[in-house]
Amino acid sequence: MSIEFLISIIKVLLVLGLLLTNTILLIWIERKVVAGMQARVGPDRAGPFGIFQTVADAIKLLLKEQIFPLNASKGMYLLAPIVALVPSFLIFMIIPLGPDLNLVINGQDIDVPLVGADLNVGVLFFLAISSVAVYSVVLAGWSSGSKYPLLGGIRASAQMISYEAALGLAVVPVIIYAGSMSLTDIVSSQQGHLSSPFSIPIIEDVIQLIPKWNIFPQFVAFCIFFIAAVAEVNRAPFDLVEAEQELVGGFHTEYSGFRFAMFFLAEYINMFNMCAITATFFLGGWLGPTFSNVLPPIATVFLPFVWLGVKIFGLLFIFIWIRATLPRLRYDQLMELGWKGLIPFSLAWIILSSLTLGIREFGLPWG
Amino acid sequence: MAIIYDLFKGLGVTFKELFKASVTDKYPKEFRYKPKRFHGRHILNRHEDGTEKCIGCELCAGVCPADCIYVRGEDNPEENPISPGERYGFIYEINMLRCIYCALCVEACPTEAITMTSLFEMSVQDRESAIFDKDILLVDDDGNPRSHEEQTNLTDPNDLSESDGWMIATSPNGKIDYENVVGWKGSLGTGVKPPEKGQVTESKEKQGEDQL
Repeated sequence: MSIEFLISIIKVLLVLGLLLTNTILLIWIERKVVAGMQARVGPDRAGPFGIFQTVADAIKLLLKEQIFPLNASKGMYLLAPIVALVPSFLIFMIIPLGPDLNLVINGQDIDVPLVGADLNVGVLFFLAISSVAVYSVVLAGWSSGSKYPLLGGIRASAQMISYEAALGLAVVPVIIYAGSMSLTDIVSSQQGHLSSPFSIPIIEDVIQLIPKWNIFPQFVAFCIFFIAAVAEVNRAPFDLVEAEQELVGGFHTEYSGFRFAMFFLAEYINMFNMCAITATFFLGGWLGPTFSNVLPPIATVFLPFVWLGVKIFGLLFIFIWIRATLPRLRYDQLMELGWKGLIPFSLAWIILSSLTLGIREFGLPWG
Repeated sequence: MAIIYDLFKGLGVTFKELFKASVTDKYPKEFRYKPKRFHGRHILNRHEDGTEKCIGCELCAGVCPADCIYVRGEDNPEENPISPGERYGFIYEINMLRCIYCALCVEACPTEAITMTSLFEMSVQDRESAIFDKDILLVDDDGNPRSHEEQTNLTDPNDLSESDGWMIATSPNGKIDYENVVGWKGSLGTGVKPPEKGQVTESKEKQGEDQL
């Protein structure tokens, strides 16, 4: 067994553990933050500040009876939670967690890239895999043989198709800027600071302090991407699939025990992935101040994780914040926002940012 | 643009709310303030010498709109009288499942024997034990209300001295602000309840007469 293979297995296990523990933490954070925003307390019984509430819930779900609906189509019904869970683990594979790690094992110098797989078509892989999740909702809705989940499934497919387009189009300017579809390249393209287009003394200095993250030149694309990401993971205010008030929870009602837990897990891992992807595309991924003259050299190994974690949890907080604030959109409003709002805007933004880049590279066509 | 402004305004509201204290009462753990005149469970009071205030007149049973009170009076035993008067409440039962907590019984009572407390934990295992009899309703030898089963410590003894019945019974003139003389005798445990705003105690009134 080669060392590279062993390292890959260790990486996979670490990421698996990270995603699972992170989900437990995230559910607790969400419940606490939403409770705080609604003048409640939230879970506070299990452990200090109720931090073990999710663990207790998971144990409860494991021990619960698995109910099988009478009209369910068996194969599809059992497949749907798996289809939900697997892609959510796959997406995290392409996210770079830090710079290459230099290890010396048995006198061998090994560069360990801190990314599951540095695909040269990473962006396409992300778009493809995140669309697989729609199948789980459609399958779950259809196979349970119940009308409300079916409606939820139909909604999900329409919603995801329309927002997938905006999501993909919002990434295009980022790809144009980075000149690559590999996420590692996209991160490294954001290294350094902005260069000022003007040469006014003070403004120039201030602009040169801002890191060269894509969010600053690509703010519109960031907004479009973020809205589409919220819709893509079916979070409020775009949670029409579950819509407690109209669809009585959609397919969630048809699943019980650990199959339900799998959907739940997938939802939260997807949320985490989306925030990690957004941080990578627009917020410079693991990049951040290194403080190399203050901190010991070992810190340079851990700081990228810290910066990525801070960015991801900041974005997750916004996800939760939006959920606690906004009411659910009506179906026609959802479609209107997708097709009349986000897609035309993102198309216009692609043209605008390519023009800017072209002019910067080659000068004005008449100049 | 107005939509975007509203969006951020809404986000601001929820964000501000995050730093405010929660309104949740941690009920079984913490004591919760209950307002004056809270209509909780009834108790049967005793005089300060330990005799029962109830004289078995059945006025409470007569006035009860839910017909949940059953009283039978009996002549006091001559050697060892249970109440100061001729008769006493031999049987006193309230069906807590029927009671609507209107406190008309408290208003009707001529001796202030029945009053309401701020006790509200009244869950029972079966319907029969929801009929509270004298064993539960009558206060114990120290004047504390008894309970059909173990209660969490949710009642401040000070609450009992401000029980609702006192307010109503001292306003026979029908004025809503209860301006009147408190004509109460003391109860076991709580003693003579202090007057509220607009009320005077009997002793204070006498003092006033003396001054005149």
